[in-house]
Amino acid sequence: MSVNKELKHEFDAAPWKGKTKRYDFIKEGVIALVFVMVLTIGLSVLMGSPDEKPLTFKGWAVSNSDNFYVTAVQELAGTSGTATYGAPYNKASDGLNIGPLWLQKWVGVTRPIDSVNDFVINPLSTQVLSSDIASALATWNAAADAQKQAWATAYDDAITKVEGKLSSVPAGAYGPVPALAKGLTDMAKAGALDAALLSQGGFFQTDNTKQILFFGDGAYLDDAGTAANLQGGTWGMMNETGRYPGQAWLWLYSFWYQIPPFNNEESKPIGANADAYIMALMGVLSLGLILIPVIPGVKSLPYKIPIHRGIWRQYYEAQGIKRRKK
Amino acid sequence: MSDMWTTKLRNKWQKNLPIEKLLPDDQPAYVASWIYVFGVLTLSALGVIIFSGIILAFEGPAWYHTSGAGKFVNSLHFWSVQLFFVFMVIHLWGKFWMAAWRGNRLATWVTGAVAFIASIATAFTGYLVQTNFDSQWISFEAKDGFNSVGVGAWFTVTNLGQMLLLHVAFLPLILGAITVVHVLMVRKRGVVPPIDAEPISLSEAKR
Repeated sequence: MSVNKELKHEFDAAPWKGKTKRYDFIKEGVIALVFVMVLTIGLSVLMGSPDEKPLTFKGWAVSNSDNFYVTAVQELAGTSGTATYGAPYNKASDGLNIGPLWLQKWVGVTRPIDSVNDFVINPLSTQVLSSDIASALATWNAAADAQKQAWATAYDDAITKVEGKLSSVPAGAYGPVPALAKGLTDMAKAGALDAALLSQGGFFQTDNTKQILFFGDGAYLDDAGTAANLQGGTWGMMNETGRYPGQAWLWLYSFWYQIPPFNNEESKPIGANADAYIMALMGVLSLGLILIPVIPGVKSLPYKIPIHRGIWRQYYEAQGIKRRKK
Repeated sequence: MSDMWTTKLRNKWQKNLPIEKLLPDDQPAYVASWIYVFGVLTLSALGVIIFSGIILAFEGPAWYHTSGAGKFVNSLHFWSVQLFFVFMVIHLWGKFWMAAWRGNRLATWVTGAVAFIASIATAFTGYLVQTNFDSQWISFEAKDGFNSVGVGAWFTVTNLGQMLLLHVAFLPLILGAITVVHVLMVRKRGVVPPIDAEPISLSEAKR
């Protein structure tokens, strides 16, 4: 450190010996608090706050019963988003990676979800069922795993082949799968699935993971997100429902999803693993924010762009201090 | 007696942060800009957030869906958070352009930046416990980011119970503690002098 820099550092660190003025902290604090309270109350009275009703499985099954039905079949066949997700729910895929770091896979399954039983069979088992659905359930429960998989896959493939047009699905060896999917659709329409998914036969429950994941497997939640302008590709992360400000402070996190290669899932390795890369990038940038005072170049910006001349204008003028040449 | 931990701590506190420093009635003449107000405005907004949050906590997370009073208190909570971030970001930018980490104030900057990040985490969990469509959507979307780097194995954004506890207990405790340390550091070191203010000896050396 040069002598000048050292002197300046000591000066900045030492208690102020120059001119002072009266400063009433308590008064300032009270005025600030009153100001913020008035502003908050004013905004609350004028604008209120957002509160869109949550979606329900009943709403989904009633408004788009075919989509719900197909999703139920996918849960049984193991082809839904949840069934093929990987950690922390299952081992169906390796998940995302950052180069050689397969963090998602390495942490393993800590929140196990079995889409067949958790989403379809267990909820159905809690109900008093009509004879045909009860019989289908009994047939399913008595069958070997390979048989169950064969039925569900055959039906899922048949639906995919006719692009989801259920009335066009040809007859086939689908076993009890169509009846089970119909049973679950009827259960959802009656409003019984929401609670059954949450409780899973228990009493106290505070974990909505299974409901949320099942929701996400179909089109209902996604369509609602699009309608509310909440999709990640359109800055949705920092938006709020209605005409309210959202988490604007997430703008930088959201920003990366708008630009290549992050916004192109086909782009490997970054776009295909955008979630992981963006999380890592934000981790590095957050660390950068914390360490700004020691980052060369960035720490010099306040000297190079003299906004401080405006902040301390009164003092500089009173003291006749010109801008220092660094 | 001087070997007592209590005495040592008290002496250290009195030496570093006597009451005159903690609650001064004067400030350097250069403390004359609107930018200085945003620190105390941030603290005031935090006060309103905590107050409205405590009322919401007593009534439970679903209260505001069905009660007019609940909706109003929820609105207070919502808008005070919005104001809190506006004030804090202005405060942060102000301190950046003042290079306010000068003169052994690095730790003050670091605690402030950590408080900003902790605030984002706290607000994020708040959005997850709204128990409305927005929290359904955010939890479904956000899980992928956390899962992709392994964090989702423990920090489960779709688990309302976990998010609620983190939002009303753990994170406010962390944020509150960092804020207290940050404010004490500001008081201990004092407000950073202007960038171009020069020590007399330096002015003389230049002549």
